[in-house]
Amino acid sequence: MPDQPYEPGGAIAGTGAGGAMDLAASEGASLEQHPSAASGGRAPGGPKGTGPFGPDASAAAGGRARSLGSDAWRDLRRNPVFLVSALIILFLVFISLWPSAITWESPLQCDLAKAQEGSRPGHPFGYDGQGCDVYTRTVYGARTSVTVGVCATLGVAILGSVLGGLAGFFGGTGDAVLSRVTDIFFAIPVVLGGLVLLSVVTSTTVWPVIGFMVLLGWPQISRIARGSVITVQQNDYVQAARALGASNSRLLLRHIAPNAVAPVIVVATIALGTYIALEATLSYLGVGLKPPTVSWGIDISAASPYIRNAPHALLWPSGALAITVLAFIMLGDAVRDALDPKLR
Amino acid sequence: MGRYVIRRLLQMIPVFIGATLLIFLMVNVMGDPVAGLCGDRQCDPATAAQLKKEFGLDRPVWQQYLTYMGNVFTGDFGTAFNGQPVTELMATAFPVTIRLTIVAILFEIVIGITLGVVTGLRRGRPVDTGVLLVTLVVISVPTFVTGLLLQLLLGVEWGWIKPSVSSAATFDELIVPGLVLASVSLAYVTRLTRTSIAENKRSDYVRTAIAKGLPRHRVITRHLLRNSLIPVVTFIGTDIGALMGGAIVTERIFNIHGVGFQLYQGILRQNTQTVVGFVTVLVLVFLVANLLVDLLYAVLDPRIRYA
Repeated sequence: MPDQPYEPGGAIAGTGAGGAMDLAASEGASLEQHPSAASGGRAPGGPKGTGPFGPDASAAAGGRARSLGSDAWRDLRRNPVFLVSALIILFLVFISLWPSAITWESPLQCDLAKAQEGSRPGHPFGYDGQGCDVYTRTVYGARTSVTVGVCATLGVAILGSVLGGLAGFFGGTGDAVLSRVTDIFFAIPVVLGGLVLLSVVTSTTVWPVIGFMVLLGWPQISRIARGSVITVQQNDYVQAARALGASNSRLLLRHIAPNAVAPVIVVATIALGTYIALEATLSYLGVGLKPPTVSWGIDISAASPYIRNAPHALLWPSGALAITVLAFIMLGDAVRDALDPKLR
Repeated sequence: MGRYVIRRLLQMIPVFIGATLLIFLMVNVMGDPVAGLCGDRQCDPATAAQLKKEFGLDRPVWQQYLTYMGNVFTGDFGTAFNGQPVTELMATAFPVTIRLTIVAILFEIVIGITLGVVTGLRRGRPVDTGVLLVTLVVISVPTFVTGLLLQLLLGVEWGWIKPSVSSAATFDELIVPGLVLASVSLAYVTRLTRTSIAENKRSDYVRTAIAKGLPRHRVITRHLLRNSLIPVVTFIGTDIGALMGGAIVTERIFNIHGVGFQLYQGILRQNTQTVVGFVTVLVLVFLVANLLVDLLYAVLDPRIRYA
């Protein structure tokens, strides 16, 4: 386990995506080893460590042993870190669906006469360099961030786990080709790739940014999913199911996927936070989202020239961004601890 | 070992070709390489066609790619928007970014490993929990926010540093930018060292070393650190390439005229040759760093023998 970032399977280490993504990958990879660790530590195919991560676990064990999933849920409900981060995320989702619930202006309504003014009644965060209300814009910025984060994560998780899972399951030429392709994507540092790809796109919607994240993000999940499937595949219950004549699709869907999905969930949760940060970074560099869109990255970028006179215009969106990313990373961390059978 | 090196070098070739081809396609197929040559206005069709013919852009993409790569390997990266060869820009930009990266790596080694060792040896104590929480916060705050905040606090409010770096970009001016660039990796190095130390602390060889009566500092430096730092060293090695590529954000905040600045100018002025040239070199640096780390791994860890 100590040698996480070095993966003998790939020619390139996945450090191009930044420290947060490394954290995600190492947390996922540390979970990945639990089936072999569990079956090495106790009788192979022990009921709890390798029990299916799904509803039919209790049925299989005669209703006595709880499944890893419900065990994890019981742990999570008592974990304050999980509760706080889940509340923050629920609040973010709420304000991104109904931003008008806690604001009373349009984020695009600006008054140059009030530019850079500080906090006043009704406008708690003051005004930015263009005289727009910072509070309204910060609230509306959540929508873009959550949209980008959720869509990019869904795309990455589906594409990455399907490709990685199939490659890990079937092995052979397809696996070798996929490993080389992931190496190619890992060789491009993410911010650089974003600058190059998004600078030629003129669309003002969020879709090019999401598309770019899916394009450069899937190898990370695919590597995790591949490793996870390969580990799970060695378990006795998979051999038993195969010996009983289960088809490949049944093996993959009923036996392997439920047990291999935990690392993917953890990595995807943390990755969601990093994609929000990446969107803001790209918008800050001027290649992500374009101005009519309200986004924290754009606001921070617009506020940085006025940092001397109106630091509040920079601090509020930055704070919102940092708390959002932190909430997702903490959530992923808490979920990882809950899913790790070695910790119980 | 020799065969392993050759195998790894051969493995690098398809990765290099694939990565550069990907970047080449992004720029040349999705964008319009001649658009930047006409300034802000649209090129008129006849001029655009003439330019395309002149630069060979009317030929198939694979031919363009081969021509470009052929030129790159003879040291010709093309010309920037102001008529300067791209190689000249590289000669001025890379030393600055390399200095910045060195500062960042030093921070990672000194602060990251120290904090990691301290927390790893005191696992579960308040100092451990505190540092872990701080690393999580540092990892969560995007680099550009950290940079802007430090610039605001140290440069504007307290006046400890100059908010922007002069074009000379000496080492002492790069201390704060280097810290900003290193921040996220620094936090990760701390966590990595902590996990590694805490795990190896329970191992048999450490117990033997303590049992035979070695002083504590000798057990830590000779036995524990030597074995625990292997994954950390490999991470820092592969991080070099990532830091040089990620420096673009830090360089923008502190106005450092390094690789990121030139890349950014190239993108603003739609000069594809600057962009593709710099990115190609950065990808190459990343690949070489990865290769060296893999070889270093074999040297550091005698258990690993490459056939």
